[in-house]
Amino acid sequence: MAAKTLTIDGRQITAEEGATVLQAASEAGINIPTLCHLEGLYDVGACRLCLIEVAGVPKLLPACTTKVAEGIEIKTDSERLRKYRRMTLELLFAERNHVCAACVSNGSCELQTLACSQGMDHVRYDYLFPKWNVDPTHELFGMDHNRCVLCTRCVRVCWHIEGAGTKNVAGRGTKAHIITDLNMPWGDSDSCTKCGKCVQACPTGALFHKGATVAEMRRDRSRLEFLVTAREKKEWITAD
Amino acid sequence: MKVRLATVWLGGCSGCHMSFLDLDEFLVDLAGLVEVVYSPVVDVKEYPENVDVCLIEGAVCNDDNLELLHKIRQRTKVLIAFGDCAVTGNVPAMRNQLGLGNAVSVLQRAYIDNAQFNQRVPAAGDGIVPTLLPRVMPVQEAVHVEHFLPGCPPSAAHIKAIITHLLSNTSKLEGRQIKFG
Repeated sequence: MAAKTLTIDGRQITAEEGATVLQAASEAGINIPTLCHLEGLYDVGACRLCLIEVAGVPKLLPACTTKVAEGIEIKTDSERLRKYRRMTLELLFAERNHVCAACVSNGSCELQTLACSQGMDHVRYDYLFPKWNVDPTHELFGMDHNRCVLCTRCVRVCWHIEGAGTKNVAGRGTKAHIITDLNMPWGDSDSCTKCGKCVQACPTGALFHKGATVAEMRRDRSRLEFLVTAREKKEWITAD
Repeated sequence: MKVRLATVWLGGCSGCHMSFLDLDEFLVDLAGLVEVVYSPVVDVKEYPENVDVCLIEGAVCNDDNLELLHKIRQRTKVLIAFGDCAVTGNVPAMRNQLGLGNAVSVLQRAYIDNAQFNQRVPAAGDGIVPTLLPRVMPVQEAVHVEHFLPGCPPSAAHIKAIITHLLSNTSKLEGRQIKFG
Protein backbone atom coordinates (compact mmCIF):
# COMPACT_ATOMS: atom_id res chain seq x y z
CA MET A 1 0.00 0.00 0.00
CA ALA A 2 1.15 3.52 -0.72
CA ALA A 3 2.55 5.51 2.16
CA LYS A 4 1.33 9.03 2.92
CA THR A 5 3.44 11.70 4.51
CA LEU A 6 1.73 14.14 6.84
CA THR A 7 2.51 16.49 9.71
CA ILE A 8 1.06 16.00 13.18
CA ASP A 9 1.90 18.63 15.80
CA GLY A 10 4.88 19.75 13.73
CA ARG A 11 6.27 16.22 13.35
CA GLN A 12 6.59 14.65 9.91
CA ILE A 13 5.22 11.12 9.96
CA THR A 14 4.30 8.50 7.40
CA ALA A 15 1.20 6.35 7.49
CA GLU A 16 -0.37 3.75 5.25
CA GLU A 17 -2.96 4.95 2.76
CA GLY A 18 -6.42 4.37 4.22
CA ALA A 19 -5.28 4.71 7.82
CA THR A 20 -7.13 7.14 10.05
CA VAL A 21 -5.42 10.11 11.63
CA LEU A 22 -6.00 8.43 14.99
CA GLN A 23 -4.14 5.30 13.86
CA ALA A 24 -1.31 7.34 12.36
CA ALA A 25 -0.95 9.42 15.52
CA SER A 26 -1.07 6.37 17.74
CA GLU A 27 1.68 4.67 15.73
CA ALA A 28 3.80 7.80 16.06
CA GLY A 29 3.24 7.81 19.81
CA ILE A 30 1.03 10.92 19.75
CA ASN A 31 -1.86 10.62 22.18
CA ILE A 32 -5.30 11.88 21.15
CA PRO A 33 -8.10 11.60 23.75
CA THR A 34 -10.88 9.18 22.71
CA LEU A 35 -14.07 7.79 24.21
CA CYS A 36 -16.21 6.03 21.60
CA HIS A 37 -13.15 4.48 19.92
CA LEU A 38 -12.25 0.94 20.95
CA GLU A 39 -9.48 -1.19 19.45
CA GLY A 40 -11.03 -3.91 17.33
CA LEU A 41 -14.25 -2.00 16.54
CA TYR A 42 -14.94 0.18 13.51
CA ASP A 43 -15.11 3.91 14.32
CA VAL A 44 -18.21 6.11 14.18
CA GLY A 45 -16.97 9.52 15.38
CA ALA A 46 -19.77 9.75 17.96
CA CYS A 47 -18.12 11.31 21.01
CA ARG A 48 -16.18 14.19 19.37
CA LEU A 49 -13.36 14.00 21.91
CA CYS A 50 -10.72 13.14 19.31
CA LEU A 51 -11.40 16.36 17.36
CA ILE A 52 -8.36 17.71 15.52
CA GLU A 53 -7.51 20.81 13.50
CA VAL A 54 -6.56 20.28 9.87
CA ALA A 55 -4.83 23.24 8.19
CA GLY A 56 -7.13 24.78 5.57
CA VAL A 57 -10.28 23.14 6.93
CA PRO A 58 -12.42 25.57 8.96
CA LYS A 59 -14.28 22.96 11.00
CA LEU A 60 -12.84 20.51 13.49
CA LEU A 61 -12.70 16.88 12.39
CA PRO A 62 -12.74 13.65 14.41
CA ALA A 63 -9.35 11.89 14.18
CA CYS A 64 -10.98 8.45 14.31
CA THR A 65 -12.90 8.82 11.04
CA THR A 66 -10.60 11.21 9.14
CA LYS A 67 -8.30 9.41 6.71
CA VAL A 68 -4.67 10.46 6.27
CA ALA A 69 -3.84 12.36 3.08
CA GLU A 70 -0.59 13.45 1.49
CA GLY A 71 0.83 16.65 2.93
CA ILE A 72 -1.97 17.49 5.41
CA GLU A 73 -1.02 19.41 8.53
CA ILE A 74 -2.74 18.40 11.73
CA LYS A 75 -2.87 19.83 15.22
CA THR A 76 -4.02 17.56 18.04
CA ASP A 77 -3.62 20.13 20.79
CA SER A 78 -4.48 23.82 20.82
CA GLU A 79 -6.41 26.33 22.92
CA ARG A 80 -9.42 25.85 20.63
CA LEU A 81 -9.31 22.02 20.83
CA ARG A 82 -8.91 22.04 24.61
CA LYS A 83 -11.91 24.37 24.86
CA TYR A 84 -14.13 22.08 22.79
CA ARG A 85 -12.94 18.86 24.46
CA ARG A 86 -13.70 20.24 27.87
CA MET A 87 -17.09 21.54 26.71
CA THR A 88 -17.94 18.11 25.26
CA LEU A 89 -16.98 16.39 28.50
CA GLU A 90 -18.99 18.82 30.60
CA LEU A 91 -22.05 18.28 28.41
CA LEU A 92 -21.66 14.50 28.76
CA PHE A 93 -21.55 14.84 32.55
CA ALA A 94 -24.52 17.25 32.59
CA GLU A 95 -26.73 15.11 30.35
CA ARG A 96 -27.00 12.01 32.56
CA ASN A 97 -26.52 11.20 36.22
CA HIS A 98 -22.82 10.42 36.53
CA VAL A 99 -22.58 10.10 40.29
CA CYS A 100 -18.96 8.87 40.43
CA ALA A 101 -19.07 8.34 44.19
CA ALA A 102 -21.82 5.74 43.85
CA CYS A 103 -20.72 4.14 40.56
CA VAL A 104 -19.45 0.61 39.92
CA SER A 105 -16.72 1.99 37.65
CA ASN A 106 -15.40 4.67 40.04
CA GLY A 107 -11.62 4.63 39.66
CA SER A 108 -11.59 2.62 36.42
CA CYS A 109 -13.92 4.75 34.28
CA GLU A 110 -12.79 6.21 30.96
CA LEU A 111 -15.10 9.24 31.28
CA GLN A 112 -13.79 10.01 34.76
CA THR A 113 -10.18 9.60 33.60
CA LEU A 114 -10.80 11.89 30.61
CA ALA A 115 -12.26 14.54 32.90
CA CYS A 116 -9.04 14.42 34.97
CA SER A 117 -6.77 14.55 31.95
CA GLN A 118 -8.64 17.48 30.38
CA GLY A 119 -8.59 19.52 33.59
CA MET A 120 -12.37 19.39 34.14
CA ASP A 121 -12.67 20.32 37.81
CA HIS A 122 -16.35 21.27 37.53
CA VAL A 123 -19.24 21.46 35.06
CA ARG A 124 -20.31 24.95 33.98
CA TYR A 125 -23.70 23.85 32.65
CA ASP A 126 -26.79 23.05 34.68
CA TYR A 127 -27.10 19.32 35.28
CA LEU A 128 -30.26 17.93 33.68
CA PHE A 129 -30.85 15.25 36.36
CA PRO A 130 -32.94 13.14 33.97
CA LYS A 131 -34.97 10.17 35.16
CA TRP A 132 -33.41 6.97 33.81
CA ASN A 133 -33.77 3.50 35.18
CA VAL A 134 -31.51 0.51 35.75
CA ASP A 135 -32.32 -2.72 33.89
CA PRO A 136 -31.40 -5.55 36.28
CA THR A 137 -33.42 -8.24 34.47
CA HIS A 138 -30.50 -10.09 32.87
CA GLU A 139 -29.19 -12.98 34.93
CA LEU A 140 -25.52 -11.99 34.58
CA PHE A 141 -25.34 -8.30 33.67
CA GLY A 142 -27.00 -4.99 34.45
CA MET A 143 -27.55 -1.81 32.44
CA ASP A 144 -27.59 1.57 34.20
CA HIS A 145 -28.82 4.21 31.75
CA ASN A 146 -27.79 6.96 34.19
CA ARG A 147 -24.14 6.31 33.33
CA CYS A 148 -24.50 5.85 29.56
CA VAL A 149 -22.69 8.25 27.20
CA LEU A 150 -24.16 6.73 24.01
CA CYS A 151 -20.74 5.87 22.61
CA THR A 152 -22.44 2.81 21.00
CA ARG A 153 -19.46 0.55 21.71
CA CYS A 154 -21.88 -2.06 23.11
CA VAL A 155 -24.06 -1.84 19.98
CA ARG A 156 -21.08 -2.20 17.63
CA VAL A 157 -19.49 -5.04 19.58
CA CYS A 158 -22.83 -6.88 19.74
CA TRP A 159 -23.52 -6.56 15.99
CA HIS A 160 -20.05 -6.82 14.52
CA ILE A 161 -18.00 -9.02 16.83
CA GLU A 162 -20.60 -11.23 18.48
CA GLY A 163 -23.05 -10.97 15.56
CA ALA A 164 -26.08 -11.17 17.86
CA GLY A 165 -27.59 -7.74 17.16
CA THR A 166 -29.23 -7.48 20.56
CA LYS A 167 -28.20 -3.92 21.43
CA ASN A 168 -29.59 -0.94 19.54
CA VAL A 169 -30.12 2.80 19.90
CA ALA A 170 -33.65 4.17 20.18
CA GLY A 171 -34.94 7.75 20.44
CA ARG A 172 -33.36 11.04 19.51
CA GLY A 173 -31.49 13.85 21.27
CA THR A 174 -31.59 13.63 25.05
CA LYS A 175 -34.16 10.81 24.72
CA ALA A 176 -31.71 8.60 22.81
CA HIS A 177 -30.90 5.44 24.73
CA ILE A 178 -29.62 1.90 24.36
CA ILE A 179 -32.29 -0.79 24.05
CA THR A 180 -32.22 -4.58 23.86
CA ASP A 181 -34.09 -6.23 20.98
CA LEU A 182 -37.43 -4.46 20.45
CA ASN A 183 -37.07 -2.33 23.57
CA MET A 184 -37.74 -5.14 26.00
CA PRO A 185 -36.12 -5.99 29.34
CA TRP A 186 -32.63 -7.41 28.73
CA GLY A 187 -33.58 -10.56 30.63
CA ASP A 188 -36.39 -11.27 28.12
CA SER A 189 -34.13 -10.95 25.08
CA ASP A 190 -34.14 -13.94 22.73
CA SER A 191 -31.10 -12.80 20.74
CA CYS A 192 -28.66 -12.10 23.62
CA THR A 193 -26.06 -14.87 23.78
CA LYS A 194 -24.86 -13.77 27.25
CA CYS A 195 -21.34 -13.41 25.83
CA GLY A 196 -20.66 -10.26 27.90
CA LYS A 197 -18.69 -8.47 25.18
CA CYS A 198 -20.85 -5.36 25.61
CA VAL A 199 -19.92 -5.29 29.29
CA GLN A 200 -16.22 -5.54 28.40
CA ALA A 201 -16.60 -2.73 25.86
CA CYS A 202 -18.44 -0.17 28.02
CA PRO A 203 -16.24 2.82 28.97
CA THR A 204 -18.31 3.89 32.02
CA GLY A 205 -20.45 2.15 34.61
CA ALA A 206 -23.46 1.75 32.29
CA LEU A 207 -22.91 -1.97 31.73
CA PHE A 208 -21.70 -4.06 34.62
CA HIS A 209 -21.43 -7.56 36.02
CA LYS A 210 -24.14 -8.21 38.56
CA GLY A 211 -22.72 -8.31 42.04
CA ALA A 212 -20.18 -5.55 41.37
CA THR A 213 -20.65 -2.72 43.84
CA VAL A 214 -19.12 0.77 44.04
CA ALA A 215 -15.69 0.95 42.36
CA GLU A 216 -15.54 -2.85 41.94
CA MET A 217 -16.11 -3.10 38.19
CA ARG A 218 -13.01 -4.08 36.20
CA ARG A 219 -12.96 -4.73 32.47
CA ASP A 220 -10.61 -6.70 30.29
CA ARG A 221 -10.41 -5.02 26.88
CA SER A 222 -7.68 -7.38 25.75
CA ARG A 223 -10.29 -10.13 25.30
CA LEU A 224 -11.98 -8.15 22.52
CA GLU A 225 -8.69 -7.38 20.79
CA PHE A 226 -7.75 -11.06 21.07
CA LEU A 227 -10.99 -12.12 19.36
CA VAL A 228 -10.67 -9.57 16.56
CA THR A 229 -7.01 -10.37 15.92
CA ALA A 230 -7.68 -14.11 15.89
CA ARG A 231 -10.51 -13.57 13.40
CA GLU A 232 -8.55 -11.24 11.11
CA LYS A 233 -5.48 -13.46 11.05
CA LYS A 234 -7.66 -16.57 10.70
CA GLU A 235 -5.91 -18.14 13.67
CA TRP A 236 -8.83 -20.48 14.30
CA ILE A 237 -9.01 -21.85 10.78
CA THR A 238 -6.92 -25.01 10.43
CA ALA A 239 -5.45 -26.31 7.17
CA ASP A 240 -7.75 -29.32 6.93
CA MET B 1 -1.08 38.58 59.42
CA LYS B 2 -2.66 35.15 59.47
CA VAL B 3 -5.05 34.07 56.72
CA ARG B 4 -8.62 33.98 58.00
CA LEU B 5 -9.91 30.49 57.06
CA ALA B 6 -13.45 29.16 57.39
CA THR B 7 -14.88 25.73 56.64
CA VAL B 8 -18.59 25.08 56.31
CA TRP B 9 -20.74 21.97 56.15
CA LEU B 10 -23.87 22.25 53.98
CA GLY B 11 -25.72 19.21 52.56
CA GLY B 12 -23.00 16.57 52.81
CA CYS B 13 -21.95 13.68 55.00
CA SER B 14 -19.01 15.49 56.73
CA GLY B 15 -16.64 13.07 54.98
CA CYS B 16 -14.77 16.02 53.44
CA HIS B 17 -14.21 17.45 56.91
CA MET B 18 -13.00 14.03 58.09
CA SER B 19 -10.57 14.09 55.18
CA PHE B 20 -9.50 17.59 56.26
CA LEU B 21 -8.68 16.19 59.69
CA ASP B 22 -6.62 13.52 57.89
CA LEU B 23 -4.12 16.31 57.14
CA ASP B 24 -2.55 15.08 60.40
CA GLU B 25 0.71 16.88 61.24
CA PHE B 26 0.16 19.40 58.43
CA LEU B 27 -2.67 20.74 60.64
CA VAL B 28 0.05 21.90 63.04
CA ASP B 29 1.86 23.77 60.23
CA LEU B 30 -1.47 25.12 59.05
CA ALA B 31 -2.33 26.41 62.52
CA GLY B 32 0.76 28.62 62.25
CA LEU B 33 -0.42 30.10 58.94
CA VAL B 34 -4.17 30.46 59.31
CA GLU B 35 -6.75 31.40 61.89
CA VAL B 36 -9.84 29.18 61.72
CA VAL B 37 -12.62 31.72 62.21
CA TYR B 38 -15.65 29.51 61.49
CA SER B 39 -16.00 25.74 61.17
CA PRO B 40 -17.96 22.73 62.47
CA VAL B 41 -14.86 22.07 64.59
CA VAL B 42 -14.75 25.48 66.30
CA ASP B 43 -17.45 27.01 68.48
CA VAL B 44 -18.48 30.10 66.54
CA LYS B 45 -22.21 30.60 65.90
CA GLU B 46 -22.26 33.46 63.38
CA TYR B 47 -20.27 33.49 60.12
CA PRO B 48 -17.81 36.39 60.61
CA GLU B 49 -16.92 39.33 58.34
CA ASN B 50 -13.68 39.59 56.31
CA VAL B 51 -12.93 35.93 55.78
CA ASP B 52 -10.10 35.22 53.32
CA VAL B 53 -10.82 31.63 52.32
CA CYS B 54 -13.79 29.33 52.88
CA LEU B 55 -13.90 25.59 52.16
CA ILE B 56 -17.53 24.68 51.41
CA GLU B 57 -18.52 21.06 51.87
CA GLY B 58 -21.92 19.83 50.68
CA ALA B 59 -24.61 20.69 48.18
CA VAL B 60 -27.22 23.43 48.59
CA CYS B 61 -30.23 21.43 49.76
CA ASN B 62 -32.41 23.68 51.92
CA ASP B 63 -33.19 27.34 52.62
CA ASP B 64 -30.74 27.37 55.53
CA ASN B 65 -27.89 26.24 53.23
CA LEU B 66 -28.80 28.92 50.69
CA GLU B 67 -29.06 31.75 53.21
CA LEU B 68 -25.71 30.83 54.80
CA LEU B 69 -24.07 30.51 51.38
CA HIS B 70 -25.15 34.03 50.34
CA LYS B 71 -23.79 35.35 53.63
CA ILE B 72 -20.51 33.48 53.03
CA ARG B 73 -20.19 34.94 49.54
CA GLN B 74 -20.68 38.48 50.82
CA ARG B 75 -18.14 38.09 53.59
CA THR B 76 -15.45 35.95 51.91
CA LYS B 77 -12.76 36.68 49.32
CA VAL B 78 -12.11 33.16 48.00
CA LEU B 79 -14.57 30.26 47.96
CA ILE B 80 -13.49 26.67 47.40
CA ALA B 81 -16.17 24.13 46.44
CA PHE B 82 -14.89 21.32 48.65
CA GLY B 83 -15.75 17.79 47.49
CA ASP B 84 -18.18 16.26 45.01
CA CYS B 85 -21.42 17.37 46.74
CA ALA B 86 -20.33 21.02 46.54
CA VAL B 87 -18.99 20.67 42.98
CA THR B 88 -21.61 18.42 41.34
CA GLY B 89 -24.50 17.95 43.79
CA ASN B 90 -23.45 14.29 44.04
CA VAL B 91 -25.57 11.99 46.22
CA PRO B 92 -27.78 14.69 47.85
CA ALA B 93 -28.78 15.85 44.33
CA MET B 94 -30.01 12.39 43.35
CA ARG B 95 -33.46 13.45 44.53
CA ASN B 96 -33.55 15.89 41.59
CA GLN B 97 -34.01 12.86 39.35
CA LEU B 98 -37.45 12.38 40.88
CA GLY B 99 -38.56 15.60 39.18
CA LEU B 100 -40.99 18.24 40.42
CA GLY B 101 -42.32 17.60 43.90
CA ASN B 102 -39.28 15.58 44.97
CA ALA B 103 -38.89 17.70 48.12
CA VAL B 104 -42.28 16.36 49.27
CA SER B 105 -41.91 12.79 48.02
CA VAL B 106 -38.52 12.16 49.69
CA LEU B 107 -39.91 13.29 53.06
CA GLN B 108 -42.97 11.09 52.55
CA ARG B 109 -40.66 8.16 51.77
CA ALA B 110 -38.33 8.76 54.71
CA TYR B 111 -40.75 9.78 57.47
CA ILE B 112 -44.00 7.99 56.52
CA ASP B 113 -43.51 5.04 54.15
CA ASN B 114 -40.33 3.71 55.73
CA ALA B 115 -41.06 4.70 59.34
CA GLN B 116 -42.25 1.99 61.70
CA PHE B 117 -43.18 4.29 64.55
CA ASN B 118 -44.27 7.90 64.99
CA GLN B 119 -44.92 8.52 61.29
CA ARG B 120 -44.82 12.27 60.90
CA VAL B 121 -43.13 14.64 58.46
CA PRO B 122 -41.18 17.34 60.39
CA ALA B 123 -43.19 20.53 59.95
CA ALA B 124 -41.51 23.03 57.68
CA GLY B 125 -41.57 26.71 58.56
CA ASP B 126 -41.55 26.12 62.33
CA GLY B 127 -38.03 27.53 62.51
CA ILE B 128 -36.54 24.22 63.64
CA VAL B 129 -36.29 22.15 60.48
CA PRO B 130 -35.22 24.07 57.36
CA THR B 131 -37.42 23.77 54.26
CA LEU B 132 -35.99 21.66 51.42
CA LEU B 133 -35.35 23.50 48.17
CA PRO B 134 -37.32 22.19 45.17
CA ARG B 135 -34.02 21.22 43.57
CA VAL B 136 -30.59 20.50 45.09
CA MET B 137 -27.85 22.70 43.60
CA PRO B 138 -24.07 22.47 43.39
CA VAL B 139 -22.51 25.48 45.13
CA GLN B 140 -21.45 27.24 41.91
CA GLU B 141 -25.05 27.27 40.69
CA ALA B 142 -26.00 29.50 43.64
CA VAL B 143 -22.91 31.74 44.01
CA HIS B 144 -19.64 32.43 42.23
CA VAL B 145 -16.88 30.01 43.26
CA GLU B 146 -13.15 30.64 42.74
CA HIS B 147 -11.73 27.11 43.07
CA PHE B 148 -12.97 23.55 42.79
CA LEU B 149 -11.71 20.50 44.64
CA PRO B 150 -13.67 17.42 43.52
CA GLY B 151 -13.42 14.01 45.17
CA CYS B 152 -15.65 11.93 47.44
CA PRO B 153 -13.96 12.84 49.64
CA PRO B 154 -10.93 14.71 48.27
CA SER B 155 -7.88 13.06 49.80
CA ALA B 156 -5.86 14.87 52.46
CA ALA B 157 -3.00 15.15 49.93
CA HIS B 158 -5.28 17.03 47.50
CA ILE B 159 -6.61 19.30 50.24
CA LYS B 160 -3.02 20.06 51.24
CA ALA B 161 -2.19 20.77 47.59
CA ILE B 162 -5.00 23.31 47.11
CA ILE B 163 -4.31 25.03 50.45
CA THR B 164 -0.59 25.20 49.66
CA HIS B 165 -1.46 26.56 46.22
CA LEU B 166 -3.61 29.30 47.71
CA LEU B 167 -1.08 30.23 50.39
CA SER B 168 1.90 30.33 48.03
CA ASN B 169 0.35 30.87 44.58
CA THR B 170 2.12 27.85 43.12
CA SER B 171 0.90 25.54 40.35
CA LYS B 172 -2.75 24.59 39.87
CA LEU B 173 -4.27 21.19 40.59
CA GLU B 174 -4.25 18.76 37.70
CA GLY B 175 -4.67 15.12 36.66
CA ARG B 176 -5.85 12.75 39.38
CA GLN B 177 -5.88 15.61 41.89
CA ILE B 178 -9.22 16.66 40.38
CA LYS B 179 -10.80 13.19 40.17
CA PHE B 180 -14.54 13.02 40.82
CA GLY B 181 -15.74 10.22 43.10
